[in-house]
Amino acid sequence: MENKGLNKVDLIFEKIDNHEVLAKGFKMSKDEIIQEILNSGLKGRGGAGFPTGMKWKFTSEAKSPEKYIVCNADEGEPGTFKDREILDRVSNKVHGGMAIAGKAIGAKKGIVYLRGEYRYLLPKLMIELDSFHKMIKKIGYDFEIEYRLGSGAYICGEESALFESIEGKRGEPRNKPPYPTVSGVYGKPTSINNVETLVTAMMIVQHGAKNFIQYGTKDSRGSKVFSVSGDTPTPGIFELELGMTVQQFVNEFGDGDTKAVQVGGASGFCVPRKKFAETIIGFEGVPTGGSMKLFNSSRSMYNVLHNYLEFFTEESCGQCTPCRVGCQQLLKGVEKVKKGEAKSTYLNELMKLADTMKIAAKCGLGQSVGNAFKSIVGNFKEEIIY
Amino acid sequence: MINLLINDQKVAVQNGTTVLAAARKLKINIPTLCNHDDLCVAGNCRVCIVEQKGAKTLIASCATPAAEGMEIHTNTLKVRNARKHIVELLLSEHRSDCTKCYKNQNCELQSLANDFAFGDHVFLDLVEDKKYSIDRSSASFIKDDSKCIRCQRCVRTCSELQSVAAITVANKGAHQKISSFHNRPMSQVVCTNCGQCVNRCPTGALVEKTAIDQVWDAIYDPDKHVVVQTAPAVRVALGEDLGYDPGERVTGKMVNALRQLGFNSVLDTDFSADLTIMEEGTELLVRLKKALVDGDKSISLPMFTSCSPGWIKFVEHKYPEFLPNMSTCKSPQQMFGALAKTFYAKKNNIDPSKIVSVSIMPCTAKKFEADRPEMRSSGFKDVDYVLTTRELAVMIKQAGIDFRNIEEANYDSVMGNSTGAGVIFGATGGVMEAALRTAYEIVTGREVPFGNLNITPVRGMDGVKEATIKIEGCVEAWKFLEGAELKVAIAHGLANANKIMKMVRDGKATYHFVEIMACPGGCIGGGGQPIPTNLKIRQKRMAAIYAEDEHKELRKSHLNPDVIAIYKEFLDQPNSHKSHELLHTHYVERDNY
Repeated sequence: MENKGLNKVDLIFEKIDNHEVLAKGFKMSKDEIIQEILNSGLKGRGGAGFPTGMKWKFTSEAKSPEKYIVCNADEGEPGTFKDREILDRVSNKVHGGMAIAGKAIGAKKGIVYLRGEYRYLLPKLMIELDSFHKMIKKIGYDFEIEYRLGSGAYICGEESALFESIEGKRGEPRNKPPYPTVSGVYGKPTSINNVETLVTAMMIVQHGAKNFIQYGTKDSRGSKVFSVSGDTPTPGIFELELGMTVQQFVNEFGDGDTKAVQVGGASGFCVPRKKFAETIIGFEGVPTGGSMKLFNSSRSMYNVLHNYLEFFTEESCGQCTPCRVGCQQLLKGVEKVKKGEAKSTYLNELMKLADTMKIAAKCGLGQSVGNAFKSIVGNFKEEIIY
Repeated sequence: MINLLINDQKVAVQNGTTVLAAARKLKINIPTLCNHDDLCVAGNCRVCIVEQKGAKTLIASCATPAAEGMEIHTNTLKVRNARKHIVELLLSEHRSDCTKCYKNQNCELQSLANDFAFGDHVFLDLVEDKKYSIDRSSASFIKDDSKCIRCQRCVRTCSELQSVAAITVANKGAHQKISSFHNRPMSQVVCTNCGQCVNRCPTGALVEKTAIDQVWDAIYDPDKHVVVQTAPAVRVALGEDLGYDPGERVTGKMVNALRQLGFNSVLDTDFSADLTIMEEGTELLVRLKKALVDGDKSISLPMFTSCSPGWIKFVEHKYPEFLPNMSTCKSPQQMFGALAKTFYAKKNNIDPSKIVSVSIMPCTAKKFEADRPEMRSSGFKDVDYVLTTRELAVMIKQAGIDFRNIEEANYDSVMGNSTGAGVIFGATGGVMEAALRTAYEIVTGREVPFGNLNITPVRGMDGVKEATIKIEGCVEAWKFLEGAELKVAIAHGLANANKIMKMVRDGKATYHFVEIMACPGGCIGGGGQPIPTNLKIRQKRMAAIYAEDEHKELRKSHLNPDVIAIYKEFLDQPNSHKSHELLHTHYVERDNY
């Protein structure tokens, strides 16, 4: 197990000369850009961790006069607030990353899908966008970015539901295939990337893949921004090199009484104290889009689970059976067990249901409800029952 | 071609074929629920999940295109367990009062439950937690949310097939429901009552508003004289609910069964269909004369047919500027109703207040139509009760009639005689064909120039059909039409109607006469017809309609002896004052929301 320890770095928020980096990027051919990203081993920072270079390659290979680069800024995972910070502080790098991605895949249009609650960022973002447009015009590059606001549904962070939302339809995930690289927003080949992914891609163009892979591990290259919250004396945004254990993370951010860390938000995994040392934060262990929630011994894990299940019961789009009804059953089921109205062995049935949701739900939302459910019930059964 | 393996059997399919269709090719049955042949893929119920080798999750076979080298297994332990869970989950949010349900034994969820979720259920009942509503406001159907399993077939039907979108998805998660605009009652939204959603609902969430009990009460009331009329499309579909394959003509048995049920007189809507041709054909010729010869600018062309009450309401909501273009003729049901309590009553010396007029229709919108305030020209409610084809089948079963083994019988007279032209009203293009058979002959003195009177260009299942008929050799009275080219169009399904309306509105099409039926395939695919429905079934019903026409001795409306007699004895002539009083109507503009 490769363990890099806990290292704070400052790359994402580093101030750069956008013009210089973009000029460099635009001089590269699209294949050179894609190759550089492939060499970097960059995986998507939204949580799912799809290799960014592959996504760009597929989209670039799709034949269509019209393509899109979409920036997923619908940051809605409970406990995640890093994209807000990135957009607030270095939106020029987000815009730049989109332009470079646009060059790689052959898109002249970019759309930022901004979480509705982040509307207050818009005035500042518009000023930044204006100067960005002027700058690339000066460079002589044809690329335009448009902002679209979400309306508060968690599901619209799912890529195909996000496209539906942009198109003015009800935000519901689509059937896949076809994947976005073939048919995305408005039915055109689309690369959809998380805010942080685009900034990281910009960084890779700036520093080169060779330097980038100095950070992180074989499976989880580079650094990443973490949103730290819960029972911690130091909540906030931290950029850390990938490849630390949960123990090392807790040593830095815990309050001395941490009993569990929820890695990756409501759709992520709960790591109990006894597994802190053996669990790497990254794609080889527990992946995260950035959300790190610490719980100390004063917390009831039943309440934590209940809260997540209520969240999913509300935020499921309601389209597919396993997710819409499954979430309600998990919620009602744990409530019954807690009240003693159902036998504790009923949890075994619910664990099986969570497995079904994982393999039978239509999209990533329904498929990941089981992550939190199984890891919390599996590790804190007594707290759920008694 | 794409080669794949399903349950270790090789199959080659066209590019774009779904895994589900590929499996069907191998006669491997994969259960489905949200999937419907008439509708786009949804992939949301997840009942049709199968295992794909190498995939992390199960895949929805209805929504996944077959790919080269795929290895699919449809019946693994993983699939079976997940499917059982899914069916049980659906049942947990469905109010399973099966023995009381109108759809009992004709419910797709029930049959899935039989196959996959018998015995004790693992999951908790969610129905009790929710505030469900049952909307009985529509004259035509009942929407019971407690039985809805959110497959969205109704939503897709209403938007894709009908371009109406009266019902759509609202809210998310546990609160997701199929709702109307601002959650208003169905009677207060843009709903045409076509019942196509009812035809496709797999459960009892959408069912017609039944009048079975009221009709039984009338039959057993010794004080009442109960008259029944049967629409053309009923006779080619009723059999499906009584053990026959689609496409069986059961006209004679149906007549006998109706008599056995206790109706005092069994008459035929086909008669009033023939009458409609006389009225509507004359109306068209008069409009053409006024517009083309007299240069009367107030005449609206094209003239649209008005037999389909779903279509009427569609125009009233969405294209009210075209109301002057609608034929003023009532539908055959309502012409019949008006005559039943006037002409028929007088002829048989029956007090019209004692007559109960019942119609058997392939349609749910007819229930609404019969309730319209305009439909009381006899001084009474012209049609008291409308039963769908399905409701008639229920009554036949209730009465213990051995439908397969009863003798065939003939309609009563008067108002029971009909021609093949009246019969084909039941299929898309039929009104047009019937009208042309008569109008062409009036104008030229000769039969329409098509072999065996079959005007094939207006037949078939194409969504929009167009034809041009050149009029030559006119008789003296219609000389002004000499050499004219009569342009006609036909559409069925309101999405196709919408296409025509847009073209006409935007001046992109100039027709003289347009036939529109609200339902796919025309009345044979009506919202009151046996369930299930799909293109194949509708084609079989359509073939049966044309076979019925071919077997008729008389095939032109103007030759119907009952029609000739009624003009002689009662109405005088088409579009007469009396006709206008009883057989014509007007329309109202309705809100477009």
